[in-house]
Amino acid sequence: MIPIHFEYYRPQTVRQAVETYIRLLQEKKKPLYYGGGSEIISMSRAGDIHPGAVIDIKEIPECMVFEEQNERLVIGAAVTLRQIRDSRMFPLLGTVSKHIADHTNQCRITLGGNLCGNIIYREMSSPLLLSDAQVLFFGPDGVRRALFTDAFQLRMLMNPGELLMQIHISKQYLKSPYRYIKKTANEKIDYPLMSIAALYDQKSWRVAFSGLCASPFRSLKIEEILNQRHLSPLQRAEMVSELVPGQALSDYRGSSQYRLFMLKNTLADMMEEWEHV
Amino acid sequence: MFEFTADKCLIELDVNGENKNAIVRPSDLLLDVLRNQFGLTGAKPGCKNGDCGSCTIIMDGWPVKSCLVLAVEAVGHTILTVEGLAGTSPVQKAFVDYHAFQCGYCTSGFLMVCHSLWMMKSDADEEEMEDWLQSNICRCTSYKEIRKAMESVLLQNPQKS
Repeated sequence: MIPIHFEYYRPQTVRQAVETYIRLLQEKKKPLYYGGGSEIISMSRAGDIHPGAVIDIKEIPECMVFEEQNERLVIGAAVTLRQIRDSRMFPLLGTVSKHIADHTNQCRITLGGNLCGNIIYREMSSPLLLSDAQVLFFGPDGVRRALFTDAFQLRMLMNPGELLMQIHISKQYLKSPYRYIKKTANEKIDYPLMSIAALYDQKSWRVAFSGLCASPFRSLKIEEILNQRHLSPLQRAEMVSELVPGQALSDYRGSSQYRLFMLKNTLADMMEEWEHV
Repeated sequence: MFEFTADKCLIELDVNGENKNAIVRPSDLLLDVLRNQFGLTGAKPGCKNGDCGSCTIIMDGWPVKSCLVLAVEAVGHTILTVEGLAGTSPVQKAFVDYHAFQCGYCTSGFLMVCHSLWMMKSDADEEEMEDWLQSNICRCTSYKEIRKAMESVLLQNPQKS
């Protein structure tokens, strides 16, 4: 059981959700937007967080939308990982979804929850960093649109009360060649030691990483090296190790040295493979 | 907007085709309500952290871990527990035929995942079946038998056979 009391709200519109959030914030009730609930429930049960209220966004149409509109794919924040993988609309995003938690949990975990939660890996961000995705927030001042690469800096940057409403992805990226590799310490289903997502755009590969540092990232400097095809895959992979923007994580899953060793080998293997694309 | 701010509230849930009333706190978990208020003890508490799958039930056709669902969230959705299968699922017979359990604690969770797979993806290939089954843990390690049982059910699909 969850040993604390919190209030539960299920709004029908984004405006209702945001107004409720602002009111509860003013009442010092520490509200949280609630998608699939996996993280909020498990952390509340363990006493790691103490929300005074949760605002369930699963009946807000804008947060549940999942369709192609004009030249883009629109995914609501409350769309589940299972829906994303089953749809096959954006295969790279679906492949990443498939590697987060297990299938049953994927039936509950939402895109917004993975991007905005406390767990640092936020693996769904990688394909969005690579595909020039746009993110739509709804806040007290209405809709705010931003490039995902600007809005996601270590974590989602949101103004007080803002709700992550939708992600928009240009259709040109949906069917691009891609690669995704996730390395775990032991189990197939686990948080990543490191995951690498790669998307081919026109003539070059774009690459994003999760689990390597404290936050997922994409680095143009790294991509520049990786796309220098006159160098051997191993040469390029060795150069990349020097360009990791930040300290590689070191924890019980693997030391920073082990993660960097794995990065080099995995990238070299990946590049061997993508030379044929 | 649906609001639940009181300490306790009466909710109505659609469980195994019946409407059932429960008095719950907003933070009560579906697993606890099923077991403690409805006496449906087929969903088992295991890790209570969404890892083991012993509490799996089916919500609107899809498997979910009831330790990670608020009871109040389930209002307006259809809930199926292992009691609701009532011996009618081919998966149950297959589990018996293939000896797909030992101590039995994880069995109801596995049955619900398998039943949902049969209902929602009866044309599932081996990879997809493995994906679904990996959601649950059997500490007696009956995995091989469970897998064979599920395979036998999927093979009953005319498209597959």
